[in-house]
Amino acid sequence: MPIPHRIYGPARVIAPQGRLDHDNCEAFRSDLAPHLDACVRDGLPLVLDLSGLEYVSSAGLRCLMLAAKEARERKGRVVVAAMQPIVAEIFKISRFNLVFEVFVTLREALAAVSPQAAEAFDRA
Amino acid sequence: MRIRFWGTRGSIPVALTPADIRDKLAQALVAASGRRFQSFGEALAFAQDALPLSVTHTFGGHTSCVELQTARDEYFVCDMGTGARAFGEHVLARQGGRPAIINVFMSHVHWDHIMGFPFFGPAYVRGTRIRIHGCHPVLEHAFRLQQAPPCFPVAFNQLSASIEFVKLTPGETREVSGVNVTPKLQRHSGESYGFRFEAEGHSVVYSTDSEHKLEDPAETAAFVKFFRGADLVIFDAMYSLAEAVSVKEDWGHSSNIIGVELCQMAEAKHLMLFHHEPANDDATIEGILKDARRLEELTRNAQPRPRALKISAAYDGLEIDL
Repeated sequence: MPIPHRIYGPARVIAPQGRLDHDNCEAFRSDLAPHLDACVRDGLPLVLDLSGLEYVSSAGLRCLMLAAKEARERKGRVVVAAMQPIVAEIFKISRFNLVFEVFVTLREALAAVSPQAAEAFDRA
Repeated sequence: MRIRFWGTRGSIPVALTPADIRDKLAQALVAASGRRFQSFGEALAFAQDALPLSVTHTFGGHTSCVELQTARDEYFVCDMGTGARAFGEHVLARQGGRPAIINVFMSHVHWDHIMGFPFFGPAYVRGTRIRIHGCHPVLEHAFRLQQAPPCFPVAFNQLSASIEFVKLTPGETREVSGVNVTPKLQRHSGESYGFRFEAEGHSVVYSTDSEHKLEDPAETAAFVKFFRGADLVIFDAMYSLAEAVSVKEDWGHSSNIIGVELCQMAEAKHLMLFHHEPANDDATIEGILKDARRLEELTRNAQPRPRALKISAAYDGLEIDL
């Protein structure tokens, strides 16, 4: 199922919902691919707004890692933002907070990737 | 059934340094600041009840060696890491001069899993029978090779015990002196095998040196089946998940996170974190244990049939009664 996205200035934001686990992580990877391609093609940052993500398993974390790795290899950038407390704790336990750029709020993430993105967010 | 952990460290033995001991003492003194103890017993009780495991214990130590004690007058042991030396002393003391029968099960023949055998006392006792079980065709070759000149002064064929190599087949259950043993192929350089032991109404899974890629649902399902309902799962938790899927991908090891998830899916009762990373100190390993317990709490109610999973971290000398 395509993941809806929002554009703030040069940044593309997607917001996966619900659970990301062994059952749906491969489908999520497929859904994420066009967003990743678009960002890398245009040299734009991709922000994962995780405010609607309730749970992430190891398989889901691996999907996020693969996306970030692919972006890096293609000179792109993926950051995550606005995690719910449980997901934030799982990131910490798995040490994913050490390998991802993590921001408490979406605005902070946008400001980190581009001032124009943060301005667009404020205007929206 | 009693499980004894003689060696729990991954890759290479680790010893506490004088600085480690000094720091533990200093931490204990700070924690006890202002208290008065009238006897050794009072101080001991404080140490046991009030101090963290990383201050009162060390995780060790020796490389992989885990004993399964049954009611039978035979020994069962997984891997011959450096813990095998202390295990051998235990066997000799318990036998009191009587020759022993020792059933060894080898996950694989990487050095840290065989390096204790040249120092395994019962191998030097005439009349002892040692049956080394495993799935690798190179099993006997590896044991002989590490004792060949110039690496060791006593050649394998100079050992006094009767030593037999028994080939097992993955997926096929074999009854060994009252214990049903089922090997399972695992992802590791040169391949490794986990073992599921069933005896006396209990089940124990020994699954070390095993990487879980997470990309193949069938592979995950096969491990869930292998772990299904086990009383104890001894699990390779060497790396953090972030390491295991990035910089240490294909290094052949797993994480505390994967251990929790697989045991939850399998409805296993007790997860034992094992094969600790040699670079991790006691406080770090205790942190990994706390993280695993916290993850289990966070995710328990999301399971189809929520139930508490007990989680421990193995240390040399730990005994678990099932």
